[in-house]
Amino acid sequence: MNLNATIIGQLIAFAVFVMFCMKYVWPPITAILEERQNKIADGLEAAERAQRDLNLAQNKAADELRAAKQQGAELIELANKRANQIIDEAKDKARLEGQRLIAAAQAEITMETQRAREALRAQVAAIAVAGAEKILESTIDQAANEELINKLAAEL
Amino acid sequence: MGFWAINVDSMMISLLLGVLFLGLFRFCISKATSGKPGGLQNFIEIIVEMVQTNVKNTFFGKNDLIGPLALTIFCWIFLMNTMDLIPVDIIPLFAQWVAGDPHLYFKAVPTTDLNITAGFAIGVFFLIIYYSIKVKGLGAFLGEFAFHPFGKWALPLNLLLELPGFFAKFVSLALRLYGNFFAGEVIFLVIALLGYWQLPLHFGWSVFHILVVTLQAYLFMMLTIVYMNQAHQSSH
Repeated sequence: MNLNATIIGQLIAFAVFVMFCMKYVWPPITAILEERQNKIADGLEAAERAQRDLNLAQNKAADELRAAKQQGAELIELANKRANQIIDEAKDKARLEGQRLIAAAQAEITMETQRAREALRAQVAAIAVAGAEKILESTIDQAANEELINKLAAEL
Repeated sequence: MGFWAINVDSMMISLLLGVLFLGLFRFCISKATSGKPGGLQNFIEIIVEMVQTNVKNTFFGKNDLIGPLALTIFCWIFLMNTMDLIPVDIIPLFAQWVAGDPHLYFKAVPTTDLNITAGFAIGVFFLIIYYSIKVKGLGAFLGEFAFHPFGKWALPLNLLLELPGFFAKFVSLALRLYGNFFAGEVIFLVIALLGYWQLPLHFGWSVFHILVVTLQAYLFMMLTIVYMNQAHQSSH
């Protein structure tokens, strides 16, 4: 085992190989590794962002749903109130109409009564005249009697 | 054989494995996506991320060379060490068959050749010196040896303490890897001489060496990163 020119040969080969490695092997591999690291980091970040967006959207959807429910409830309440109002109005109108009808009927009844009384009075007058004619059986001044009878009838 | 001889066996396998490593990575990059990775890309990304993490945790300077340097050292030395797990006879026998010489000596595991490990270590050592001077300046770099830890009046003592420590970096890188695998290979060879008993023993030693193969490649890489970090920071 003696040292000889192999050392020099190996030294040169070593230098050449290291230089080759430095130029053509190391940079592409490290570049690829770094690129992949960036890609993974980007992917993770995107996933996180998407998760955040999803949460935001879910919150928003829940808010909208709550608002819509509230609005619906308000509308229903309003509709109920309006319905009650309409019913009340209808009731009032019906009551007025009824009263009006009753009043009309009463007026008619009064009128009928009046008329019946007039008729009755006229008949009574006629009966009284007839009765008086029968009782007296004599000729009396028709005009004076008539006046007397009429006076009597007015008192009835 | 003089100094200018070249160990063709270890050099050849070393280059072959280096090309295999870079070729595999290049092949994978040509089909790589930043989307869902396939099996091979996953495997390569695991290695690169392991190296990247270690560099990030250990190296605090700013230097684009450290990552590729650490990756090349880890993968290349790992592949060389893995040759250790191929049964000891196969590659030498194949080489002898190719050469037509039954006495041909062929070393299948490049890291059992001190020249290869020293080649790595010298490369790293040069880089340490280069970046030390570049980052701290020549004066400060030499000053670390001359004026620490005892101040400028004990200059010889400082040199005596600091210089061995500095060169120990090189020696520890080269000799640790070499020693581990030379010894491991010798034990594989010894076990291979045992006849039928070699089968369970080979199995045991191979399982143990799976650990050693990875550990030594990792250690070489980590020490390189640590030394380069020291070169970028003033250590005192």
